[in-house]
Amino acid sequence: MRAQSVAATTKTTRSFVGQWTLFRRRFLRHRLAVSGLVVLAMLVIACFGAPWIAPFQENHQDLITGSTGPSPVHWLGTDELGRDFLSQLLYAGRISMSVGLGVGVLSTIVGVLLGSLAGYFGGWVDELIMRLVDLFLVVPPIAILALLLQGFGSSSATIVLALSALGWTVIARVARSQVLSLREKEFVDAAIVLGASPLRVIVRHMIPNLAGVIAVNVSLAVAAAIITESTLSFLGFGVQPPDSSWGNMLSQAAGLLGTPQVHLLLYPGLLILITVLSVNFIGDGLRDALDPQTKR
Amino acid sequence: MSSTLEAIDVVKEYPVRSGLFRRRTGTVHALSGVSLEVPKGKTLGIVGESGCGKSTLGRSIVRLHDIDSGSIRLDGESVESASGQDLRSLRRRVQMVFQDPYASLNPRLTIGSALIEALEIHGLAAGRRSERAQELLEMVGLRPEFVQRYPHEFSGGQRQRIGIARALAVEPEVIVLDEPVSALDVSVQAGVLNQLKELQDLLGLTYVFIAHDLSVVRYLSDEVAVMYLGRIVETAPTGRLFAAPEHPYTKALLSAVPIPDPIVERSRERITLSGDVPSPLNPPSGCRFRTRCWKATERCATEIPLLRTMADGTRAACHHPESETQSPTDPTDSQRTEAGAQ
Ligand SMILES: Nc1ncnc2c1ncn2[C@@H]1O[C@H](COP(=O)(O)OP(=O)(O)OP(=O)(O)O)[C@@H](O)[C@H]1O
Ligand code: SF4
Ligand SMILES: [Mg+2]
Repeated sequence: MRAQSVAATTKTTRSFVGQWTLFRRRFLRHRLAVSGLVVLAMLVIACFGAPWIAPFQENHQDLITGSTGPSPVHWLGTDELGRDFLSQLLYAGRISMSVGLGVGVLSTIVGVLLGSLAGYFGGWVDELIMRLVDLFLVVPPIAILALLLQGFGSSSATIVLALSALGWTVIARVARSQVLSLREKEFVDAAIVLGASPLRVIVRHMIPNLAGVIAVNVSLAVAAAIITESTLSFLGFGVQPPDSSWGNMLSQAAGLLGTPQVHLLLYPGLLILITVLSVNFIGDGLRDALDPQTKR
Repeated sequence: MSSTLEAIDVVKEYPVRSGLFRRRTGTVHALSGVSLEVPKGKTLGIVGESGCGKSTLGRSIVRLHDIDSGSIRLDGESVESASGQDLRSLRRRVQMVFQDPYASLNPRLTIGSALIEALEIHGLAAGRRSERAQELLEMVGLRPEFVQRYPHEFSGGQRQRIGIARALAVEPEVIVLDEPVSALDVSVQAGVLNQLKELQDLLGLTYVFIAHDLSVVRYLSDEVAVMYLGRIVETAPTGRLFAAPEHPYTKALLSAVPIPDPIVERSRERITLSGDVPSPLNPPSGCRFRTRCWKATERCATEIPLLRTMADGTRAACHHPESETQSPTDPTDSQRTEAGAQ
């Protein structure tokens, strides 16, 4: 014990590295989070690597077959246009993944930042940001979507922007109220008295304490974005056939209920579920890893 | 003597708002003209009941909020409206230790990170910050390897020492100690107080030591200021204040301090103040203590008593201080109860 503590003393030459190492160690001990990360990484590689990995080219049609069930050539069968369903799923994943993860990350960053600023500074800053939140809540979503997607054309980037514009207000309000209560904590006063800038106080002392709500928000936002994207194509704003996303594959397959091809409904749904769950587990892991009191 | 810290006529009021339009419906008179002076390397104790404005005074000194009027000076230089670079250098000179050991450390930061952050902000100990963090822990009587641990792994007393180490990191001249031991077990209070005393002797620190309990303040303070409802009612060198209080409120507070000698303890008189502290929203006119004072006269209701210098460095704000009013009004008063009740 004594000898160990001497060793520990000489080892802690950089405490920041120490904090980071502790964080990583706690994350890696979170089994679900690590499996989530592995699964998500595999999905990302499979989807974005589709041009190299998928058995068939995008939108390649097997004109003779039409819709078929699983076979050695088409593992998941083909759709009514004779396209290999597995390949279609992978190509579609590029859009769903970018939209889901993009909206999850962007809306959370914007929401947390603006919400924190409002809560921290109060006064006119708060007034301004909260009026902006109200504005986004009052204007019908369809108007925001039409403006952004008609105006700038529909692409993954504009879809991410449009859905983030709809999503950031939720987390902004949550972040604001949490920051308001953190503002009363003595450790925040201590940081201010030490001369910490507002940015330092927010980023270093407040946001890590918001990890729980942020983790929950990201996974909800990812799920909502993937689903909403399919509604967008239905409204004519989103991805249009022949391009596909998991969302619009799902809505197309909805017509197959009660037919032998009903399994086509299963796959895109399953992939959305797996993505959302993975993100959710990773979020849980991050939250626990940021909280040194987690017993693991 | 050149004084390090001075407060001159400090006023701080909090607006009370209510209703739909958050209109101002009242004012909390938290500090109503507080003046004090702490010589370099000395300790001024500040005592008073809960809500009398002690923390507001401490937070004004460390610039956690602005004051409404008056002045706060360090070596004669006004700092109450310092901003930008001036405020940054003030942050190095004046530090604070907080009351709640469980709320004053960020649960997500290791002790090392918290100490290093303080060094980082002011660009101190560049290149050897981890070593410096370990030195700081040793200075407050903790083991250097604690840098790797998180706050929840420590007891209240240890956490309070960590809070002291964090304040010391920026090498301040003045430290405001806001009830630094009141949340701790009696058994560990003495250790922390001794540590504070040692550090003061070692580093020549100037302390403003806030407490609601006279016995805690006595050990550390060179001088004691007694507050009541946003005003200082008496200040005196510690020994003098305990031996011969001038203000009736000081006298009442002192009578509640236990005396270790059981014979003296049993035979002394106790003063039990009747009534509650009036609301700082609507403090009494004239002397704010008059609603509970057994010596109050008409003059007390109309004329605000100012701090007057009396014998042996005592200053008291009372129209009828003890040394000027002997026996007649003294012991038979109905608001006094005899010894024995607890
Ligand atoms: N931010 C605030 N807004 C409104 N009123 C406040 C605020 N802070 C303090 N007060 C009021 O100002 C008065 C003085 O409070 P302060 O915290 O300075 O008292 P204190 O002497 O430190 O008491 P305690 O011993 O309980 O810590 C109290 O009446 C309190 O309710
Ligand atoms: S001024 Fe009057 S009311 Fe106030 S303490 Fe002195 S005697 Fe009492
Ligand atoms: Mg207080």
